[in-house]
Amino acid sequence: MKLDRRTARLVYGWLWLLPAAVLMAAFTHYPIVGGLVSSFFSTPRQGRLSRFVGLDNYAAMIADPVFWQVLRNNFLYAMGTIPVSVCLALLMAMWVNRKFRGRAVVRTAYFTPTILPMIAVANIWLFFYTPQIGLLDKICSFFGIPGHSWLGDPSTALACMVVLAIWKDAGFFMIFYLAALQGISPEFEEAALIEGAGRWYFFRRVTLPLLMPTTLFVMVNATINSFKLVDHIFILTKGGPDNASSLLLYYIYEVAFGFWDTAYASTLTVVLLVILGALAITQFKYIEKRVHYQ
Amino acid sequence: MKRSVIRVLVGLALAVAVMGGTVAHAVVELNMYYPVAVGGPITKVIDDMIAEFEKANPDIKVKAVYAGNYDDTRVKALAAVKANQPVQLSVLFSIDVFELMDQDVIVPFDDFATSAEDKQWLASFYPALMENSKVKGKIWGIPFQRSTIVLYHNKNAFKEVGLDPNKPPATWDEMVAAAQKLTKKDASGNVTRWGVHIPSTGYAYWMFQALCIQNGQVLMNLDGNKTNFDHPDVIEALQFWRDLAAKHKVMPEGTIDWGTLRQKFLEGATAMMWHTTGNLTPVKEGAKFDFGVSMLPAKKRRGSPTGGGNFYIFKKASAEERKAALKFIKFMTAPELTARWSIATGYVATRPDAYKTPTLEKYVAEFPAAAVARDQFQYAVAEFATHENARNKKFLDDAIQSVVTGAKPPKEALTAAQQQAERVLKDYR
Repeated sequence: MKLDRRTARLVYGWLWLLPAAVLMAAFTHYPIVGGLVSSFFSTPRQGRLSRFVGLDNYAAMIADPVFWQVLRNNFLYAMGTIPVSVCLALLMAMWVNRKFRGRAVVRTAYFTPTILPMIAVANIWLFFYTPQIGLLDKICSFFGIPGHSWLGDPSTALACMVVLAIWKDAGFFMIFYLAALQGISPEFEEAALIEGAGRWYFFRRVTLPLLMPTTLFVMVNATINSFKLVDHIFILTKGGPDNASSLLLYYIYEVAFGFWDTAYASTLTVVLLVILGALAITQFKYIEKRVHYQ
Repeated sequence: MKRSVIRVLVGLALAVAVMGGTVAHAVVELNMYYPVAVGGPITKVIDDMIAEFEKANPDIKVKAVYAGNYDDTRVKALAAVKANQPVQLSVLFSIDVFELMDQDVIVPFDDFATSAEDKQWLASFYPALMENSKVKGKIWGIPFQRSTIVLYHNKNAFKEVGLDPNKPPATWDEMVAAAQKLTKKDASGNVTRWGVHIPSTGYAYWMFQALCIQNGQVLMNLDGNKTNFDHPDVIEALQFWRDLAAKHKVMPEGTIDWGTLRQKFLEGATAMMWHTTGNLTPVKEGAKFDFGVSMLPAKKRRGSPTGGGNFYIFKKASAEERKAALKFIKFMTAPELTARWSIATGYVATRPDAYKTPTLEKYVAEFPAAAVARDQFQYAVAEFATHENARNKKFLDDAIQSVVTGAKPPKEALTAAQQQAERVLKDYR
């Protein structure tokens, strides 16, 4: 049997897609659907089988104060980390893009936090934050500021997480900005100089717009990170005191593997998916309109 | 090195046996997970003990995997069991017994430890340590890395403020009085040394249990389906904890981290701390000053919950594997090894006859602190364990943390926690 040309090309194309498609289906799409389905069922316990409960899990979630708290925490955490780490990354990139002595050292220093594993970083910062004997309190006491239980106070615990996340992420985003900055042709600057544009004006009207594709990419990554990176919570606070530093994904882990309440964990996961999906659509649909690809 | 040599030898022996046409003994492979919740080189100690066991029992191979703290280890072991991976036994939290039973993954030891010798072995442990193992008349866990809470105090600091370093506080009032003397401030009024620290992260409920027992109230029934969070004595105990910071000013505001507390004690940032006996050896090795260890102070009575990990055998293990696992656990809990394990870690020796071994007798004579936990056994009670334990523990932990950070009054926080626990536990009555 001989395939006609069109079919052959079709089969050929699909064969190329197959490996990736299988992996995506097995490890992304199937779990998503599976999670959605199990959010409508109860958790099997004491020999009782799982049964269909409709929207019961969602009702329980809406009545769960911890859920609302971690959602609010996650929102504050994202608002705290994303703008600062992105701005800082841009600043650092502008700085190390110029020629000066010791540039390689500074670049390396900025990038180091990125290559360290999050768990190791959290263990280091745990001792920074430790009251009395920690670095932060040592510095404070040098200036006569009284010590503080940074991680043990609900009003500062989340902020401690934010600072750590910025420190960890900014260097990573800097690399993207640095690469983008080096892709900008020097002719623009020369032309702007001839036209008499100031440096701020040049940055605002030329550099920043040219960096927009990178900014979009970095923003998407920063947003995802603020929802998916919770390793440090395990080391620093375990979500405490009284859930003050817990984030949505950490709570999902607790419910799923601490309480073994798989149905409720699925319900929370669906919420996380909806949030991330909505954010991704917003970012791509609306911000992309303002992105200028060269 | 040694282990790999043994493995090669075992392999060679096996090859010879196969070539000879008869397999004398098939090698049973056991996989286990275990947690580490304290400092010190625990993994090395465990590896050495296993090497010794394998040497004595060439037909059994044991692969022990360090899996994090108690919660991490439970997660990993249960995930492995559910994924049908070969894991026959594990050291898991003594208080996970209800959860493990409800998930139907463990077997009681009475089912296969049936010989007279086995029965004698099962009866050889301290009764206080078996309280968390016995459910519905059967024994589900064998005490291994077990502890109680003790009071560590810095003798140099005691001397400095004119307190008798060999007379640690024996009551709540004495502890507050001593802590007030021990709290030291610099010229600008900032505290440089606190009187006492009771950690309120990680195992807050455990510390709280000690306070409640001392105030004459246990937190749950032994069937694990009823809690007493809103009992007046319990509320009073939490008020006392809060008062240490708020009223007496001998403990810092906010939660106190479990993990970094030992370091703070070693650096003199607090003169006394409540911590597990499992930290005894690291404190001994790290302290640059004279320190003492004593039983926790009393209110209405003395008391501490027991704590730590038990050996469990999983249901999926075959009869042969169960037999091998039993042999292994018996080896690990024999008096001599128990004695050595206790010295290497600071965990309590789990049976009276271990304290009669020359090894431990000598150690206790030189270092009397090692016997404090044993002496405290007479006042010890079961650690907090209920059905859906992780969830109820979290209700309690959250309540404690909201009180010690000053966010809620004890009565309100504990009444809410009780209601939450009630909702979960009513299904199990």
